[in-house]
Amino acid sequence: MSKFTRRNFLKASGAAAAAASAMSASTFAIGGAGKKVVVVGGGMGGATAAKYIRMMDSSIEVTLIEANKDYYTCFMSNEVLSGVRDIDDIKFGYTGLGKHGVKVVHAMATGIDDAKRVVKTSAGDFGYDRCIVAPGIDFKYDMIEGYDAKVAEDIPHAWKAGSQTVTLRKQLEAMKDGGTVCICPPPNPFRCPPGPYERASQIAMYLKAKKPKSKIIMLDPKPKFSKFGLFQEGWTKHYGYKGQNNAGGMIEWYGTPKDSDDNVLQSVDAKTKTVVTGFNEIKADVLNVIPAQTAGKIAKAAGLTNDKGWCPVNGKTFESTIKKNVHVIGDAAIASPLPKSGYAASSEGKVAAAAIVALLNDGKAPTPTYVNTCYSVISEVDGAMDGISVAMVYAWDEKSGKIIKVKGSGGLTPSGKDRDADMRAREVKYAHSWFENITADTFG
Amino acid sequence: MKKVKALQAAMVACGLALTGAVFADGHGGPSAEALSYSCAGCHGTNGLSSGPASPTLAGMPKSVMIETMQGFKSGDIPATIMGRIAKGYTDAEIEKMGDFFAKQKFMSAQQSSDAMLAKKGAKLHDKYCEKCHSEGGSIEMAVEDEVGVLAGQWKPYLHYSLNDFVSGKRPMPKKMKKKLETMHKKEGDAGIQALLEFYAGK
Ligand SMILES: Cc1cc2nc3c(=O)[nH]c(=O)nc-3n(C[C@H](O)[C@H](O)[C@H](O)COP(=O)(O)OP(=O)(O)OC[C@H]3O[C@@H](n4cnc5c(N)ncnc54)[C@H](O)[C@@H]3O)c2cc1C
Ligand code: HEC
Ligand code: HEC
Repeated sequence: MSKFTRRNFLKASGAAAAAASAMSASTFAIGGAGKKVVVVGGGMGGATAAKYIRMMDSSIEVTLIEANKDYYTCFMSNEVLSGVRDIDDIKFGYTGLGKHGVKVVHAMATGIDDAKRVVKTSAGDFGYDRCIVAPGIDFKYDMIEGYDAKVAEDIPHAWKAGSQTVTLRKQLEAMKDGGTVCICPPPNPFRCPPGPYERASQIAMYLKAKKPKSKIIMLDPKPKFSKFGLFQEGWTKHYGYKGQNNAGGMIEWYGTPKDSDDNVLQSVDAKTKTVVTGFNEIKADVLNVIPAQTAGKIAKAAGLTNDKGWCPVNGKTFESTIKKNVHVIGDAAIASPLPKSGYAASSEGKVAAAAIVALLNDGKAPTPTYVNTCYSVISEVDGAMDGISVAMVYAWDEKSGKIIKVKGSGGLTPSGKDRDADMRAREVKYAHSWFENITADTFG
Repeated sequence: MKKVKALQAAMVACGLALTGAVFADGHGGPSAEALSYSCAGCHGTNGLSSGPASPTLAGMPKSVMIETMQGFKSGDIPATIMGRIAKGYTDAEIEKMGDFFAKQKFMSAQQSSDAMLAKKGAKLHDKYCEKCHSEGGSIEMAVEDEVGVLAGQWKPYLHYSLNDFVSGKRPMPKKMKKKLETMHKKEGDAGIQALLEFYAGK
């Protein structure tokens, strides 16, 4: 079990981390520390938690188990689809975390033995005092006939950024002018509620410039979606949009009333790029199917999920309510009213980090505070810079044992008669600033 | 908590900064660190922004932080998003964040600056701004003068702020108003641009 001795730690953390490790080594001698945290998943939640534990208490050994050498951010991946950004602009590595003394192991976690406090991985077992699980999402392929992980290589969901983002971009580039792009957003709850609609906006921006006779059809299993009014206003303004369930503009959006299956996806024919919903059948030139989601596989394998496939947690510490000493953060966790977003995952990572550091030092979990913001860039061409956002500050309510919205805070970018073109242009710049800062805060 | 204290002492002895965040016992709301860490997604770790537009908060004088946050809250200072965020915090919480960010080390933004324009900007600054934003609007003097930093702040952010001042959307001290308006009348937007290049080059 104790593969992870201090000597190994010092050896493994590399030259860059040597200084930090040496410092923590001296605290082992005095403070009787040497507590171990293993983090599974080095995305927005996991990487942030790993870094902040080390920032708060460098006597704690932190090992990060991450499957991939490179991380591609989902956020701003829609700008790769429109050609504003290159795929390499959203690629991040793990050397920054090494500098904070986080030991990064590139391996696949396969299970957690919570009785023995061991994370099992393709690179061996790692013992922990506390464990953080942040695996992001997995897809429920079995809900759509004719669609699975293999088909998704050709008909990409691109809901985890990386090679599928590039595939989708190439398909858009290869499409003829006058083609049809069909996007099938997922049912709730899912990663990044405004994401599919920002995607439609970014693709429309590309088509308007390069293939103006083309159109985008969205078949949505929901009656409405995040930033509903703001997106529709933006589509009308920039791309032609004739209202819900109407044809004629560049973007068409078809929703599904409650208790109906109108645009609930039933099947996909990969060969002909045809999708069938309860009511519609569309043959597309480029097809983007985003399946329903659950917590990442390891969460289920470790017994951390409920019957709906997500992980219930105590919102004050993000400790699983099913398994002791295991904390779940990010998209995999049920953190409502916090949405499944990168900003929320980062915020949860910091709350979990502070709780774990306190608990490992025999203290009580501190009072948390949380923030979320999601930017969406509807348009970013000269003369039409249009960014929007939703924000919220959250607090912990000890009485109800719940995360609550702080009254009076948050909300949406003003629209309608309060729309301010200058402020919208600033929001594009600030969305890009957010990207720079949150990635530096996570991986730097 | 004895062990914790001992550990804390030991770590201080080792020259390690151990934040108070994790040792707060739950009374009195979230700690200064917990509150301030949640701003990092937009303002950078410990308030040091990677830009290109979001302002750096590190080193901001506490009084300026409080005034600015209250200005966002009331709507006096125009903002894209800070109005919505500032309303999420009590006066006591804003004070805590003021303490935190004032203690963080400021570093000048890494950005381009047009040397020719900056030269002209230096002259304009001396004439119209230096009195209250001394030593070229430097962080050291910003702390002393209790004003926001100008030298080394992100250019697009300062540009937005100055536009808001000039257009009358954002209130400013009477004397500053007089100076800024005189400058703008004489030099136009080119004067603003020159000032921005001057601050960006520092
Ligand atoms: C198109 C799109 C746009 C988006 N835009 C925004 C936005 O503007 N703002 C915003 O805040 N959010 C946005 N998001 C959402 C954001 O990307 C996610 O909410 C966020 O990444 C969640 O973080 P996480 O840590 O839970 O998961 P992830 O970031 O996905 O990280 C999970 C990590 O765990 C690793 N992993 C999984 N299982 C294992 C295992 N068994 N062993 C080892 N490693 C494993 C994975 O490789 C991955 O690196 C967007 C998402 C999409 C798809
Ligand atoms: C979603 C991104 C975002 C978050 C989160 C955020 N800010 Fe801001 N902040 C901004 C932007 C953008 C501005 C520029 C004003 C505007 O348009 O809102 C700004 C401006 C400021 C300013 C003015 C700086 C100056 O020099 O004049 C202060 C102070 C500030 N923020 C404090 C905070 C604090 C404290 C927090 C955390 C509680 C925070 N911000 C969280 C985006 C953010
Ligand atoms: C009479 C004193 C005075 C003069 C002269 C003055 N200022 Fe200011 N300035 C202030 C004070 C006080 C503040 C802080 C209060 C506020 O932010 O509204 C301030 C704030 C600012 C801010 C906002 C800082 C931030 O972090 O948001 C900017 C930008 C600024 N001044 C630029 C200028 C420029 C440029 C000039 C010269 C043309 C100038 N000022 C001249 C007193 C002055």
